[in-house]
Amino acid sequence: MMEKLVVIGAGMASGRMLEHLTDANAPYQITLFNAEPRGNYNRIMLSPVLSGEKTYEDIVTHDADWYQSRGITTRFGEHVTGIDCKRKIVHGQNGAVPYDKLVIATGSAPFMIPVVGRDLPGVIAYRDLDDTNAMIAAAQPGAEAVVIGGGLLGLEAAAGLQMRGMKVTVIHLMGHLMERQLDPSAGYLLQKALEARGIRVHCKGATKAILGETHAEAVLLEDGTVYGADLVVMAVGIRPETRLAVDAHLEVERGITVDDQLRTSDPSVFALGECVEHRQQLFGLVAPLYDQAKVLASTLMGEASAFQPVQTATKLKVTGCDLFSAGDFADGPTREDIVFRDPGRGIYKRLVIEGDRLVGAVMYGDTADGSWFFGLIKDQTDISQMRETLIFGPAFQGGGSVDPMAAVAALPPDAEICGCNGVCKGRIVDAVLGGADTLDKLRATTKASASCGTCTGLVQQVMALTLGGDVAEAAVGMCGCTDLAHEDVRRLIKAKGLKSMPAVMQDCGWTTPDGCAKCRPALNFYLLADWPLDYHDDRQSRFVNERNHANIQKDGTYSVVPRMWGGVTTPAELRAIADAAEKYNVPMVKVTGGQRIDLLGVKKEDLPAMWADLNDAGMVSGHAYAKGLRTVKTCVGSEFCRFGTQDSTGLGIRLEKLLWGSWTPHKVKLGVSGCPRNCAEATCKDVGVVCVDSGYQVSVSGAAGMEVKETELLVTVPTEDEAVEVITAFIQLYRENARYLDRAWKWTARVGLDWVKAQVVDDPDQRRALVARFDLSQSVYRKDPWAEHAKPGARDEFSPLTDLRLEAAE
Amino acid sequence: MMAQATEWLDIAALSDIPQQGARLLRTGAGCVAIFRTHDDRVFALDDRCPHKGGPLSEGIVAGHTITCPLHNWVFDLNSGQAQGADEGAVRSYAARVEGGRVLVSTEMLTRRSAA
Ligand code: SRM
Ligand SMILES: Cc1cc2nc3c(=O)[nH]c(=O)nc-3n(C[C@H](O)[C@H](O)[C@H](O)COP(=O)(O)OP(=O)(O)OC[C@H]3O[C@@H](n4cnc5c(N)ncnc54)[C@H](O)[C@@H]3O)c2cc1C
Ligand code: SF4
Ligand code: FES
Repeated sequence: MMEKLVVIGAGMASGRMLEHLTDANAPYQITLFNAEPRGNYNRIMLSPVLSGEKTYEDIVTHDADWYQSRGITTRFGEHVTGIDCKRKIVHGQNGAVPYDKLVIATGSAPFMIPVVGRDLPGVIAYRDLDDTNAMIAAAQPGAEAVVIGGGLLGLEAAAGLQMRGMKVTVIHLMGHLMERQLDPSAGYLLQKALEARGIRVHCKGATKAILGETHAEAVLLEDGTVYGADLVVMAVGIRPETRLAVDAHLEVERGITVDDQLRTSDPSVFALGECVEHRQQLFGLVAPLYDQAKVLASTLMGEASAFQPVQTATKLKVTGCDLFSAGDFADGPTREDIVFRDPGRGIYKRLVIEGDRLVGAVMYGDTADGSWFFGLIKDQTDISQMRETLIFGPAFQGGGSVDPMAAVAALPPDAEICGCNGVCKGRIVDAVLGGADTLDKLRATTKASASCGTCTGLVQQVMALTLGGDVAEAAVGMCGCTDLAHEDVRRLIKAKGLKSMPAVMQDCGWTTPDGCAKCRPALNFYLLADWPLDYHDDRQSRFVNERNHANIQKDGTYSVVPRMWGGVTTPAELRAIADAAEKYNVPMVKVTGGQRIDLLGVKKEDLPAMWADLNDAGMVSGHAYAKGLRTVKTCVGSEFCRFGTQDSTGLGIRLEKLLWGSWTPHKVKLGVSGCPRNCAEATCKDVGVVCVDSGYQVSVSGAAGMEVKETELLVTVPTEDEAVEVITAFIQLYRENARYLDRAWKWTARVGLDWVKAQVVDDPDQRRALVARFDLSQSVYRKDPWAEHAKPGARDEFSPLTDLRLEAAE
Repeated sequence: MMAQATEWLDIAALSDIPQQGARLLRTGAGCVAIFRTHDDRVFALDDRCPHKGGPLSEGIVAGHTITCPLHNWVFDLNSGQAQGADEGAVRSYAARVEGGRVLVSTEMLTRRSAA
């Protein structure tokens, strides 16, 4: 005899399962219960029925003939009231039926928020044909409707009612519509589109009560707003319909628990559809339910099959509102976004990438490529090769050759390129044609890419197209790990508040897991310069000299240069240096060009002990190795020299004591001369002071290395204090803005000395702010690194791990 | 030469080597640099750059590469091969982490200094 299969619920999931079973002529005697007085119809098409675009007849999937020809006994309009698992009997309102196998497919029930008035006539959920018909009946033109819930269902209801001539208000608890499917940007565009067709949207609205005597009349919100309502549609969510399963003592969490074969805790009872929970997951869209239907049909036919939930995609079935969302688009530390906006056409696209995979997509306005993106998500396609052009869709991936230029060329003039400053392609083209042929000029004229900088690449492509492929100054990425230029990265660090190396690498889309020998030292500097209190210096991202606080020599030994403030020393210091030179067998002691003494050829293991000795004599690191303050060269000045106008030695020492320990983009050297004879060679230093009778000529951006450059006058000030303030501000400005490894002269050549003057000379507030930030940074960094590493516990890293020379002999 | 099973020598705790850093092993035939990468893998290379003898242990460790501190040649930590345009290789030895300890192949002890 054939086995008896009883199915509870004739919805979309069980309908599909029955198709599979009966197509295969599975040997079952089937009884199908449904609470609704009808068989299976395409529930998701209720919205077009509501709006009048379709009729119920259009959406019926299985009619009476179908059930009859498949030999299915139907008991429609009959609720199942209980399941007796022990005796294997299902109780319907009109009598019991025994089963060998049972399938529960009861779908879900709309969730009604427990507010006063929810039971009033005129308050409807949106779940089945009866609800739909009730809404259609209530939809008198000019009458008012309030839809509570701005999710998929609520908005479809709102749009349908609006099309039937009602005045509709949507009340949504969250900050933006469809927050589970859309990000705020797309939610915003959707809201604008709904409002444009006359639907009022109230986000962050919490319903307090539904008002009315005998019938719903209005909806009251927590914030006191009242919206008149002849009809209230409650569409705030669904809950798996599990009551039968709970009563039958099947295992139920939020939904009826099923395994990969859709079997419940009772081996003869199966469940599928929105009423189940599979591996902690609930379902609210049909795609995965259809997969379940297939698996369950196989299971019932004794074939091996397992359900694996796949990603789902959402579209809103509101004519004219083109939106698409798929996958997971929550922000995450390991995720990156590609965003495209075209405000002119109301288009927004965002792709979320994790590693080489697309994990989520949100689109508004133009969803033509939605299914293509969805495919990439589902198949976990490696998208690294097409990353550049991915956002432009499959049309630009043709022939395997990736041409970002073609994609950019195809953009309309009103396509937004720079999201921060709202600069569209047309404006960039105009500016470039108007003479802005470098990125800097373009930024100055249009602000494009001048804020967060993430669009720099796109901006440059537009420039290149406009200039015929000839961008005068293509900003190069700072290294192979990123296309972003130093300036972009610095801007992003500040704008996004990125305070760690991983944060920068993730947020700026580094293509390597931990950077390279080029970018890491730069990032380390940028981070410590911008966030002195939050960021901790990363020793492993420093060049050997700065890591070991000594200059490495060609043979792997080191040189040690203690600070000699302003080039002034004492017999005691000289004695200590001499002692150290002897004690550690220093092969060469040399007077440097920077007015101090270099001990060359020291073994790494000896460094901590030697530093400790020098520390004992009151000396600290001279940072002869540092991208930081090196020397302040002075002359004897007014204290001794017959021409000296001011105390140049004293000012030099004061400056060195103020500035030492600070890290800078490249090394910083100062010179202070007592008169224009300039014996301290101040006019070829990063900062030079030449004392004159009336005060101090502060000049900057000189060099005497690979380039020889005379300094340029920044300002002449009457007092030493003012000189110190302006110099400090200048150095802080350099620290905050320059590219790593640009000497001051290179940096001022890029930004223009006038700009520098405007900050540190013309604007006293800005100057003081710069000094304050420098002081803050120095509260952390004005300390002797030698003393730190000479501490007994810290010395280990300077010696080998193990000596295996003895073992070698064995 | 006959293939033989690697013998392992426990030289240190993983935590003795800084992440993205290196420490030295002194052996009869010169120093060996033990590198620890960002993902906590360890590698052992002769501590002599084939270019001009730079101490590789003092370079910057990024990904599974080391950049020589003297003239910035970059070597793959796995193979010891110079990357990019530079040609040359530095000898590498088997190394691994087990239970938080760093083990290296004893092969480095028996090599001749000429190797
Ligand atoms: C020791 C010293 C030469 C000397 O015996 O006098 C010296 C030695 C080195 N200089 Fe210098 N420079 C020395 C004064 C100078 C000066 C003169 C000065 O400071 O008044 C200059 C030209 C002024 C200038 O900087 O503009 C100078 C311009 C350079 C440059 C070229 C910089 C440039 O921007 O063009 C480099 C290369 C670099 O830094 O990238 C350099 C780099 C070096 C390095 C660090 C090379 C290296 O990377 O290993 C040398 C380290 C030797 C060591 O182990 O100590 N050294 N170097 C001087 C140390 C001064 C001190 O007390 O700290
Ligand atoms: C208006 C609307 C629009 C939608 N739009 C989309 C969309 O665009 N895309 C999408 O993927 N999904 C959409 N959905 C969701 C989709 O319709 C559901 O995911 C799907 O119908 C669930 O199928 P099911 O078989 O689990 O439950 P259902 O289709 O709800 O079927 C369950 C059936 O079981 C019956 N039942 C319940 N309890 C009993 C009982 N005790 N005895 C007898 N019978 C019982 C119910 O009456 C019901 O007929 C939409 C849903 C609605 C309401
Ligand atoms: S000029 Fe400077 S960098 Fe060149 S060899 Fe002399 S000390 Fe070294
Ligand atoms: S010695 Fe290593 S790169 Fe020159």
